[in-house]
Amino acid sequence: MIVISKEKLTIQKEQDVVLFRNRIKELATKIGMSLVNQTKLITAASELVRNMLRYGGGGITHLEIVSKNSIPGVRLIFVDEGPGIKDITLAMKDGYSTGKSLGLGLPGAKRLVNEFDLKSEPGKGTTVTIIRWKNGL
Amino acid sequence: MERIPILKMGPFLLVTIQVDLYDRLALTLENDLINMVSKTEAKGVLIDISAVSIVDSFMGRILGNIASMSKIMDAATVVVGMQPAVAITLVELGLTLSGVHTALDVEQGMELLRTKIGQLDTDEEGLYDSYI
Ligand SMILES: Nc1ncnc2c1ncn2[C@@H]1O[C@H](COP(=O)(O)OP(=O)(O)O)[C@@H](O)[C@H]1O
Ligand SMILES: [Mg+2]
Repeated sequence: MIVISKEKLTIQKEQDVVLFRNRIKELATKIGMSLVNQTKLITAASELVRNMLRYGGGGITHLEIVSKNSIPGVRLIFVDEGPGIKDITLAMKDGYSTGKSLGLGLPGAKRLVNEFDLKSEPGKGTTVTIIRWKNGL
Repeated sequence: MERIPILKMGPFLLVTIQVDLYDRLALTLENDLINMVSKTEAKGVLIDISAVSIVDSFMGRILGNIASMSKIMDAATVVVGMQPAVAITLVELGLTLSGVHTALDVEQGMELLRTKIGQLDTDEEGLYDSYI
């Protein structure tokens, strides 16, 4: 996989999210991603960035255009240094929430992208990486 | 503080969301709408989301809350103009907007609300009413 472009955005407050979403839209448009796929990617990103703010105390997002076998895609990495997730299997279950919300953020985000990777260490933080390919189903 | 205007149209309340909401704004709208339904004894709430390009689980929960609170106050909630890409995404996200009725546009939404008022004591579901 080749990284074609990369940039960073710090997320510390709700208003940062608006800019973040807009920037993803620009990158996805640039590689010619369909509207439906863009919507899926931004919705997944919206879930993950909220988690980062709410549970991780904010963090840094990396926005990249990548390419594999000449197929472009958008890769997003969410890095926080919050409390981390103790039981990842449980956190990935539909309906599980410690925040009294719907518990669809992590499992839903996974369904909405082509590649999803979650790494977390209690006390150290959480890193989530997602990719949506231009033409991925 | 920034807020979304709520219009009163006869027995209904109409809200047109023109931008993608950030969480605080969405929460304010939820509160304002519930207060307005209670104050005006409105029979229906129409929420036009045709300009909204992203509905995530937070926004979905707000729409669901508005519908369930309104229902307690005997008002129906119709969400109109959901973009097809948003509807497709919601299914994959795993979100069902329970208690929220949907219609294509404001006109059809009004029509749906009128039939709802007409048949308050009879059938729960309208003919062209759809759940998502
Ligand atoms: N970045 C994070 N840091 C710490 N805990 C997290 C993070 N993201 C998610 N979690 C945990 O995983 C749970 C499930 O997350 P999610 O599926 O988004 O549902 P919800 O946000 O509705 O709780 C959260 O309730 C929280 O306990
Ligand atoms: Mg969440």
